[in-house]
Amino acid sequence: MSSAPISLWTRLSNPSHFMRWSGTLAPWLAGLSGLVLALGLYLAWFVAPPDYQQGETVRIMFIHVPAAWLGVFFYGAMSLSAVGTLVWRHPLADVAQRAAAPIGAAFTLICLVTGSLWGKPMWGTYWVWDARLTSMLLLFLIYCGIVALWRTMEDPNRAARAVAILTLVGAVNLPIIKFSVNWWSTLHQPASILRMGGPTIDPSMLYPLLVMILAATLGGTTLHLYAMRTEVMRRRVRTLTIREAERLDAGRVAVTAPPDALPQAL
Amino acid sequence: MIGIVSALVARDLALAARVGGSGALSLVFFLMIVALIPFALGPDLNLLARIGPAILWLAAVLATLIGLDRLFQADEEDGSLDLMTAAPVPLELVVLAKVVAHWLTTGLPLALASPLFGLLVALDGTAMGATALTLLVGTPALTCIGAVGAALTASIRRGGLILAVLVLPLMVPTLIFGVSATEAALGGTVPFTTPLAILAALSLIAAVVGTLAAAAALRWSE
Repeated sequence: MSSAPISLWTRLSNPSHFMRWSGTLAPWLAGLSGLVLALGLYLAWFVAPPDYQQGETVRIMFIHVPAAWLGVFFYGAMSLSAVGTLVWRHPLADVAQRAAAPIGAAFTLICLVTGSLWGKPMWGTYWVWDARLTSMLLLFLIYCGIVALWRTMEDPNRAARAVAILTLVGAVNLPIIKFSVNWWSTLHQPASILRMGGPTIDPSMLYPLLVMILAATLGGTTLHLYAMRTEVMRRRVRTLTIREAERLDAGRVAVTAPPDALPQAL
Repeated sequence: MIGIVSALVARDLALAARVGGSGALSLVFFLMIVALIPFALGPDLNLLARIGPAILWLAAVLATLIGLDRLFQADEEDGSLDLMTAAPVPLELVVLAKVVAHWLTTGLPLALASPLFGLLVALDGTAMGATALTLLVGTPALTCIGAVGAALTASIRRGGLILAVLVLPLMVPTLIFGVSATEAALGGTVPFTTPLAILAALSLIAAVVGTLAAAAALRWSE
């Protein structure tokens, strides 16, 4: 197999190659998402009309909906990376998983906070036990568990496999949680963008919202890329520290460690 | 194969019954929670009767966590987990045997004792029967979900707290359908069998997903 041409994917996902192309791509992606975000914010603030019922508070939606989308998006990204970890044991999949968890948790939290700020003028209270808010809260709790499990395990390879299993179990459970929470309570308005028969939201609000969702996706991807680079570097530092410690240790007892005893470098 | 599984179940049951096992402890913990809640809410029997099934279910969820952190950790520490991994049966069956033993010492006693504890929160006969039945059907799901967390935290010292954080969100659907089935039995818009059937489905799904995931977690933790 070694003589076969290496596929593009394999080459891109090699950690050293990844550091090179992501280093070039990340600033451009950051600039692009900044531009789209500026456009989206302009549209959301100055072009989109206030709602005839909700007034100016409807503008919270332009943050709330993209944050909710990213909260779910990063869980999907984590589940895909978890498959990469378990099936191919690819170190970059571990890195992608680990980098996605705090970002996804942060966006889920933003969604919850903006949702509750929106709820105060609309429903008269900061929190209602409505189905969608509740399933986002449970998603946030699952994210917290995943981040906590990452922080508990010292060895990154073992932690990656454990978290991958938890992520996939969570991915199986999320539709069940969603279904059961829906059964339990419904107060929130029904879905209005992705539904049969086209969106019910007016185009004057839909287009700014779509631009904001695009900006959030680009921005989230940029954050993920930077977080992955940081994680790769953190692992390199860890490996170098262990090597240095082993070198000092070997120097003291005047025995050189066999090269295969070194931790696997990234 | 059946012999190995039943030997494992018998071993775990014996361990739970001996000194240091958590056999009767979860039942005491269950009683403790049921007894604490009236102190927080006040001794109003009408209120307690209305939320009684919810109290019993919540207590069952929390009591399941007792002993769960030691489900695989004890075997991991004394090395018997390595022997079980090397046994001529799939690791999934070993996990299933341990889950069954845990349920026999936790879920089953809770379900059987729930009519008695229901007296403390002034449940009537129908509510007692419905709560016991839903606990009987639903607690296997709690144990199977918990087994995943137990397998993931088997090699972590002081893994009990993180175990609770990991598995409690996943137990929410079971809690929802357990309580709503009991409330349906007491008169509601849906027939009793609908949420009960979903509860049974949740237990079956959890038995498959939980066993596979826990075995994978144990296998890959080395």
